[in-house]
Amino acid sequence: MSDVIDGLVDREYAYGFHTDLDTDIAPKGLTEDVVRLISAKKQEPEWLLDWRLGAFRHFLTLDEPAWPNVTYPPIDYQDMHYWAAPKPKGPAPQSLDEVDPEVRAMFDKLGISLAEQERLSGVAVDAIVDSVSVATTFKERLAEAGVIFCSFSEAVREHPDLVRKYLGSVVGPRDNFFAALNSAVFSDGSFCFVPAGVTCPMELSTYFRMNAAETGQFERTLIVAEEGASVSYLEGCTAPMRDENQLHAAVVELVALDDAAIKYSTVQNWYPGDAEGKGGIYNFVTKRGRAGARAKISWTQVETGSAITWKYPSVILQGDGSVGEFYSVAVTANHQQADTGTKMIHIGRDTTSTIVSKGISAGRAQNTYRGLVKMLRSATGARNHTQCDSLLIGSECGAHTFPYVEVRNDTAEVEHEASTTRVNEDQLFYCRQRGLTEEDATSMIVNGFCREVFDELPMEFAVEAQALLRVSLEGSVG
Amino acid sequence: MLRIDGLTASVAGRRILDGLDLEAGAGEIHAIMGPNGAGKSTLSHVLTGREGYEVTGRVTLDGADLLALAPEERAAAGVFLAFQYPVEIPGVGNMYFLRTAVNAVRRARGLDELDAMGFLAEAKAHMARLDIDPAFLSRSVNAGFSGGEKKRNEILQMSMLEPRLAILDETDSGLDIDALRVVADGIERMRGPERTMLVITHYPRLLELVRPDRVHVLQGGRIARSGDHRLAHELEAEGYKPAVASA
Repeated sequence: MSDVIDGLVDREYAYGFHTDLDTDIAPKGLTEDVVRLISAKKQEPEWLLDWRLGAFRHFLTLDEPAWPNVTYPPIDYQDMHYWAAPKPKGPAPQSLDEVDPEVRAMFDKLGISLAEQERLSGVAVDAIVDSVSVATTFKERLAEAGVIFCSFSEAVREHPDLVRKYLGSVVGPRDNFFAALNSAVFSDGSFCFVPAGVTCPMELSTYFRMNAAETGQFERTLIVAEEGASVSYLEGCTAPMRDENQLHAAVVELVALDDAAIKYSTVQNWYPGDAEGKGGIYNFVTKRGRAGARAKISWTQVETGSAITWKYPSVILQGDGSVGEFYSVAVTANHQQADTGTKMIHIGRDTTSTIVSKGISAGRAQNTYRGLVKMLRSATGARNHTQCDSLLIGSECGAHTFPYVEVRNDTAEVEHEASTTRVNEDQLFYCRQRGLTEEDATSMIVNGFCREVFDELPMEFAVEAQALLRVSLEGSVG
Repeated sequence: MLRIDGLTASVAGRRILDGLDLEAGAGEIHAIMGPNGAGKSTLSHVLTGREGYEVTGRVTLDGADLLALAPEERAAAGVFLAFQYPVEIPGVGNMYFLRTAVNAVRRARGLDELDAMGFLAEAKAHMARLDIDPAFLSRSVNAGFSGGEKKRNEILQMSMLEPRLAILDETDSGLDIDALRVVADGIERMRGPERTMLVITHYPRLLELVRPDRVHVLQGGRIARSGDHRLAHELEAEGYKPAVASA
């Protein structure tokens, strides 16, 4: 295997192009004026400006978290733009035909043809470039079912009561450093509301694209499933290749009322930086859901991109009998660093949670699983099962596991299994003897390792995830 | 046909194969026997291109220089090894693995790839003959298989891949008599004019079910003695020492 794995050479990042869009951009820097400017640009109501300002003032009192198992030079929060938007050419588009052709061409290049999506795939897409939503497909058909799916800005305008009721109800504006920052300067994002008893008739999807340089992206997603409702939501992300690091600090809030189900799947492929570790996205994200009685929240993530990933999609199991799931594949290659995992907070009786985490490290990458399972005194009969597997490719990478378990109820059961393995020479030789190239063999073995997580992804995403995994590990052998 | 001339193989300066010569014609089954440590498994590794050996000498299959090829290129040229210890690959479906292997080899030979339906039909026919449960295909490659199931899986792969040179490395070890019959049957069915087979074994009992055209005794890193199938019985009666002493 020694000449099989000599560390990672260049990996191809297929989405690294930059599109010349005429962009409306705020001056660099983070001040109360910038917060007011963003709110004004978006013609927001007074209460939302106050909400932002409250978050901003709290943010100023916080320090950036130092506990993650990652290292990076200090971020200068005054040296970036907090607002960038493709300039509209005329009034806001009423249909896809009116979307700026350059924006459409950019999404076509990403393999997400907005028009095709609308005609063929049956997946509703909200496309977000830098700070703003540029198109949402399938709105009429969703509206017939009573489902609201639109950009966050539109939701603020059209459904202010719903936004006001649920915004910050799971991740408060003072939750943590990055969540407070997001709350102050968030630009856009997606909003989804599924009324009681309704099963959303199609997969919903948001596609995030960072385009402008030296710009942070701060989007906010809020999904509400009322009693007995259910929805499956997909999220995809890419960015151009740039030498400087770019900050992405998003917040996702999920509200699943009694008997509701929300499935949230992410394929995160932000630009990871080059082979020497130059450039790439800092992906500092807060994702959390709150589950009512018998409700189910399921996070599935495939994290292959970003220079640094810091995220812990979590579930607060508030209602009795609620269910939380976290299925994760995190791939780090070259100089990438990931500190990711989940938090399962058991409050209700007979709540159950499942954690399956697969970390893959290649090159000089460091991959950390950090997970908290907390059983409160009220969580009688609660159960958790955690399975945490690490796969190493090569000898210069690292895998780390930090499981935290807090149990305050004697009847609660917590199980934790962990393993660390290498792609071994026997497996590679067996595959090659059967005619597979070394690269195909590695890809097959790694895909097999991730199987349990990929099985949780919606079909079209599972295929994309496997392809992505292959690209991510390209050059890690041979 | 397979031709081996003056083959040597060393690991960290220790010579394991020491000038091995062997010729095996198309349509023939040759048994390779020998005591532990004689270099039987090393021979199978060197013929299939496993890394970690310093190799000299010459090996050709139908005139092509095998030693110059990577393992997957040898597979494409028709070399197949039934592993002594088949490897587990968790999470990779047996059917997916087998179809990928068959199509990789077909592609290399300039044949069309088999589609999922065509492959499944063919696999099921082979499995019925090998007395393999169809549920086998949806399990992960060798993961949690019993010893006998693993060996049958190797024979299934061999039948599907239709090699020019099949090397069976102690495929009979650890099998009960029923499984041994199925495996022997699978080998016997593969006998044909387009194929050379090397059956590496410790025990003559497999050779009662699969009659070899030639039996070779590998000892001290080279072929110490060769004969027809009766040699296997002599060895059983007398052990390896006299067989070599009389060579």
